[in-house]
Amino acid sequence: MPRTFRGGVHPLHSSHEGKPLSSGSAIRELIPSSVVIPVGMHLGAPSTPCVQKGDRVLLGQTIATPNGFLGVPVHASVSGTVIAVEPRQQLKGHPEDCIVIENDGLDEAVPFTPAGTVESVSPADIINAVRQAGICGMGGAAFPSAVKLAVPEGKKAEIVIINGAECEPYLTCDHRVMLEQPLRIVSGLRLLLKAANVQKGVIAIESNKPDCVVSIKAASMNYPEITVLTLPTKYPQGGEKQLIEVVTGKQVPQKKLPIDVGALVFNVQTAAAVSDAVLLGKPLYSRITTVTGAVAQPSNFLVRVGTQFGDAIEAAGGYKGEPKKIISGGPMTGFACPSDEVSITKAGGGILVYDEAMSREDVELACIRCGKCVNACPIGLMPYQIKFDAEKELWDAAQKHNAMDCIACGICSYSCPAKRHLTQAIKLAKDQIAAKQKR
Amino acid sequence: MKLLVSPAPHIKAPVSTQGIMAVVIAALMPCVIAATWIFGLNVLLLCAISVASCVVFELLSELIAKRRLTVSDLSAVVTGLILALNLPPTASWWMVVVGSAVAILLVKQLFGGIGCNFLNPALTARAILLVSWPARMNNFVLDGVSQATPLASSGAVSSASVVPATTLDLFIGNIPGSMGEVCKIAILLGLVLLLVTRVVSWHVPLSFIASFMLFAWIFGYDPLRAVLSGGVLFGAVFMATDYVTNPMTRKGQLVFGVGCGLLVAVIRRFGTYPEGVTYAILIMNIFTPLIDRFMRPRVYGEVKNHA
Repeated sequence: MPRTFRGGVHPLHSSHEGKPLSSGSAIRELIPSSVVIPVGMHLGAPSTPCVQKGDRVLLGQTIATPNGFLGVPVHASVSGTVIAVEPRQQLKGHPEDCIVIENDGLDEAVPFTPAGTVESVSPADIINAVRQAGICGMGGAAFPSAVKLAVPEGKKAEIVIINGAECEPYLTCDHRVMLEQPLRIVSGLRLLLKAANVQKGVIAIESNKPDCVVSIKAASMNYPEITVLTLPTKYPQGGEKQLIEVVTGKQVPQKKLPIDVGALVFNVQTAAAVSDAVLLGKPLYSRITTVTGAVAQPSNFLVRVGTQFGDAIEAAGGYKGEPKKIISGGPMTGFACPSDEVSITKAGGGILVYDEAMSREDVELACIRCGKCVNACPIGLMPYQIKFDAEKELWDAAQKHNAMDCIACGICSYSCPAKRHLTQAIKLAKDQIAAKQKR
Repeated sequence: MKLLVSPAPHIKAPVSTQGIMAVVIAALMPCVIAATWIFGLNVLLLCAISVASCVVFELLSELIAKRRLTVSDLSAVVTGLILALNLPPTASWWMVVVGSAVAILLVKQLFGGIGCNFLNPALTARAILLVSWPARMNNFVLDGVSQATPLASSGAVSSASVVPATTLDLFIGNIPGSMGEVCKIAILLGLVLLLVTRVVSWHVPLSFIASFMLFAWIFGYDPLRAVLSGGVLFGAVFMATDYVTNPMTRKGQLVFGVGCGLLVAVIRRFGTYPEGVTYAILIMNIFTPLIDRFMRPRVYGEVKNHA
């Protein structure tokens, strides 16, 4: 029996996690007439725009420069004219600086200079190319990849894990990339192994994507250092901590990082972007994103970073019925958008549209102490308890109940029969505890 | 375009408090039917009175306290059914009403309503009725003849004239006793439904029954006859499994079940009551917060702090 992690759930089991809606749709390119590129798409300080209104920019040109240790540069995803550099409402609570470019349709690019081949390139050159290309985690967390690859002094990476679990219901973009472009992923992994000086690479795929297992196995069979692992379909199989435990048998100690157990985890599309950055010299300005739910033709698109949700939904045949909720990401961890005028970012794997029926919100009832949240929590928390703490604003108690270990997977709220907003309460507790620690 | 902005997750499992209670009600139906078969139509009347008064008390108390009305969650119906099934078939209608008042008003609503009671409402009501009207609560009738339960008659004071029930009688319920507890087949049917629908996990019922049989055997009883006599099975399946008053973790539930089994055996062997299921579960209810405090799941990557 394969190793597994504690707890977990299987949402939308009977409808194959909602994935058949879009899993059969081959990747199509979507080129919008304009893009709105936020300068803060990654974890860490937002970058500083280095172009002005009226400038003509080329595809792949740097339009914002990085700030600080976790900084990541931003590149133009189309060629054309900058028509605005201004704050726009995205997914955060406040408007963010965005660079708006009108696409001239020429795709005139800056010259791309490859850093070398997998065999010839040096580890330092790989990390440098990844940094220059502006790559950050494309699975959702948007952590700068070059920072992850620069393993700190005294620590040693032993394994690189490529996360192809795609455990969020509905999303199929990683599925299509693994199926259609396995070589990008495999060469990306080989480069990552080289950069981190590691001899063992694993590509982990959930069992609901057997076609991907076949394609990735075929693409990696000449590389004995790469193993393809099929994991049971169980949410959150693709959670970083869960994945590390399942693959290595080790748990990342509390308050430590994956590198402390010798593991580096990258999303499949991040690996593919690393391959493009090193072998083609291409910066990260496009990605594969799923547009699904209540749209006419659920699809997987090769989109330019900064494409507006509305443009992507239109390309998917438009809304099916009246939209009631638009989710950036998957249904378990995604963000509900205030409008369809928000942008697809480097980490934006999905646009999920809900109609009225799908958006139904149940009334929150009293806890009946059924224990479902406790049994399902993959971290071993007692979510009902932290919710009680949060209701009474007992932040110290919440901290004692390990609120800070929450990975916000959403399972507690998902499984609660009384429809209590557990995940939200724990998130609030985490914010309060973090604010207190800063003081 | 007017969009709904709400926090993740954006899907919820197809479970609800009401749905869970509905399953429990369905699981209790075999017991109601068996009791009606064995003791007559009076059983249905008592169940109806009990359910109706529990629902009315819940409604009234919530109206008076200006709380959200929760009758539709069906928990008062479950309490009413379990309370009725805990009474002898000879119980008077007013005992049922008093029991319902204790269960809903005193135990449940005064402590804050559903989820806040620290004792099982129906069981507490039974305990109070038991100490208030002991003769009426122990007036068991089978086939028109007043009899002691097999448990009472197996004690030292049993009269020689009573023919001991066969193991088969104990199993199918052809014995005097509380309405819900006599027919073990019906209880096991209910258990199967609770397990299959995953409303209840095996941890509490199994640890309760196994620990009881073990300690009964240690104390010199025939474990099979002991487990088929009295309310052990009914208690283990329908009352010890009450979410609100048992521990949150699987480990804690095992401790809880083992404790219940041990206490029933101890009360039966050493106590003055012939039966101890009610008090055993109530005592373990009181230990539940303590068990929850110490039986926490291990947190992912937990580091033992030796400092």
